[in-house]
Amino acid sequence: MSLVVTPGWYMTLAAILFVIGAVGILTRRNALVMFMSIELMLNAVNLTFIAAGRAIGSLDGQLAVFFVLVVAAAEVVVGLAIIVAIFRRRQSASVDELADMKG
Amino acid sequence: MLELIIFVLMAAAALAGAVAVVRARNTVYAAMGLLATLLAMAVLYVVQLAHMVAAVQVIVYAGAVMTLFLFVIMLVGVDRHEDTRETIPHQRRMTIGLVVVLLLVIGFVVVNGSFDWIPVVGAPADPQLTNGTVQRVAEELFTGWVLAFEATALLLTIAAVGAIALASTRRRREES
Repeated sequence: MSLVVTPGWYMTLAAILFVIGAVGILTRRNALVMFMSIELMLNAVNLTFIAAGRAIGSLDGQLAVFFVLVVAAAEVVVGLAIIVAIFRRRQSASVDELADMKG
Repeated sequence: MLELIIFVLMAAAALAGAVAVVRARNTVYAAMGLLATLLAMAVLYVVQLAHMVAAVQVIVYAGAVMTLFLFVIMLVGVDRHEDTRETIPHQRRMTIGLVVVLLLVIGFVVVNGSFDWIPVVGAPADPQLTNGTVQRVAEELFTGWVLAFEATALLLTIAAVGAIALASTRRRREES
């Protein structure tokens, strides 16, 4: 009997990667590292899309990943521009110093 | 068997990279960890016959996005000390609690879930069905998903314009 890699394995890996990304968001204060954690979570979701699409014999999972990639690219462009704009003004990339909008 | 070996190796690489992203004190090391994760994911995509997505992953993510990240790290500076004081009370303890809960849920699903909704466990009967070559993906993309595709074009244009507007140094009205 040979071990077969089932979709469940991929989804488990994706879930663990997602949890690690969530921990990054919650524990780190550097805006750049938080951004990278978001990318990590998006990638984990992409892996589940592809595994699920393969399991049900459909190409739609891969197309969903394509759109996630596009949105992630747009998000990175705008997000990093915001970080640079904030840094220019504040000389800091720490999210804790950006509490000015607190009511 | 081959898939198993590749899966184990790439899963280890992806997890190591992910831990590096969260743990690394130096932002550049975090970026390198993310790069390792992205490349390992690309390999896992190829194993699952998502060739086109894997190529896009390497070109867009590992190429363009990571370069952008490293550029911004260069601008912002790497050797700034990160302030880890807790502004939200018990933040670290709550994070640990959340991680434990999430891992328990994952463990429960892995042990008890049978993935019944998946008709075929393992490789599908006909692997050609999900063989994501450029041609197959393009056929789907430009027929059923063409409206969404055009929307992404619009989204990318807006994002590019927004980034230029944010990055322009010319101050409008020299506020504050």
